[in-house]
Amino acid sequence: MVDLSQYLPILLFLFIALGLSALFVFLPMGVSRLTGAHNPDAEKLSEYECGFPAFEDPRSQFDVRFYLIAILFIVFDLEAAFLFPWAVSLDLTGWPGWITMMIFLGELAVGLAYAWKVGALEWD
Amino acid sequence: MTDFFQNTLGMSYEFAWFTATIAGILLIALPLMLAVAMIIYVDRKVWAAIALRRGPNVVGPFGLLQSFADGLKVFLQETIIPSAANKGLFLIAPIVTFTVALLAWAVIPFGPEAVLADINIGLLYVLAISSLGVYGVVVSGWASNSKYPFFSAMRAAAQMISYEVSIGFILICVILYAGSSNLNTIIVAQIGHGFGLVNAFAFNLLLFPMWVMFLISSLAETARAPFDLTEAESELVAGYQTEYSSMSFALFWLGEYANVLLMAALNAILFFGGWLPPLNIDLIPWFDIPGFIWLFAKIFFFFFVFSWVKATVPRFRYDQLMRLGWKVFLPLSLAFVVLTSGWLMLTRYG
Repeated sequence: MVDLSQYLPILLFLFIALGLSALFVFLPMGVSRLTGAHNPDAEKLSEYECGFPAFEDPRSQFDVRFYLIAILFIVFDLEAAFLFPWAVSLDLTGWPGWITMMIFLGELAVGLAYAWKVGALEWD
Repeated sequence: MTDFFQNTLGMSYEFAWFTATIAGILLIALPLMLAVAMIIYVDRKVWAAIALRRGPNVVGPFGLLQSFADGLKVFLQETIIPSAANKGLFLIAPIVTFTVALLAWAVIPFGPEAVLADINIGLLYVLAISSLGVYGVVVSGWASNSKYPFFSAMRAAAQMISYEVSIGFILICVILYAGSSNLNTIIVAQIGHGFGLVNAFAFNLLLFPMWVMFLISSLAETARAPFDLTEAESELVAGYQTEYSSMSFALFWLGEYANVLLMAALNAILFFGGWLPPLNIDLIPWFDIPGFIWLFAKIFFFFFVFSWVKATVPRFRYDQLMRLGWKVFLPLSLAFVVLTSGWLMLTRYG
């Protein structure tokens, strides 16, 4: 049975950290209204574009390679997540565990080689 | 600490535990914020010294209070929420960034007993929490509804997740050697690891390259120079924080520096023995010095290395950054997982 009592401080920490950061965001908003610093106008609230009105919608097209990187990341990060339990129990699983994981890593290395070959990792 | 509240102050166990935990959390969070303020000052002083300038030297003795003056100024400023922004998300982004930056410190051991949550998956927790940091960046870039933040958020997200992959494999190598992902166990496993003399995993032929890669990856992961493409000021103004002002802007800075400190701490804990003294000989009473002093000294050293790099190394291009992450670090760290585990199977478990 897993001892979950060690995780309770993390939960409490989450609440305190959230409260602290929310305080940091919202308290200055209140303070600036009291001190008179809060003085918005249309120009000030427009988005930053080097001093002229924006030409087009900022959320325009972006390079598909960012998307490809994200897809590849899912594969390899999941792989790393699989490796964690294997790494702590290497002494228990012995050679069969090691060989199995090497086959799995080999498959992913093939995946990486394929992504490399089709140019998913090219940026120029 | 629970004992202290229970026995000295006569509280019930539950209440004593609760008080002790809250005190522990505040003992981490508040000094961390103080440390971030001071470390920003150190950062500026180091760059200044390398560029033969004086750096901040007006506010307080030697300019020590500069960060606090900046903080007060920023606190009193107006919070500008652009009219085109998604207001909810716009305000949530700095909260996420800072919360996540604080939260990772819950498992960092400051001494044999001085750890808030001594969980057995400590390293996995750190990896998971540092992955969450991407959300603050992406959400801020998207919610700003402005060009520069949007491009910067794209770059930052791709950069952070790219290097996270190789960081994951590097951590696996350390876990393989320590046989556990509990951070305290990893530190204890380093006693006399290098030639029976040095308390560090870095003095190991298989782990030394991993440490070099981890140091470079931690620069990339925290978007420090030479990988600070997310806020390359000549291209992207101030990156994903362009539209932010007042304390919401400062929270990104605080979060960023808290992450830099965390990465320095991880370098110290995973490869340089954390709270252990550097050498495993008791000639001078090393072991009587409290562990957290060693840890802080090591964190400070690595932070100095980070500032040094920032002051001297020119910025990478984005394609170079991606090539380094995917074509060099990923295959290399993958190969080292195979090598390390194979070596351990042959020598230790086989």
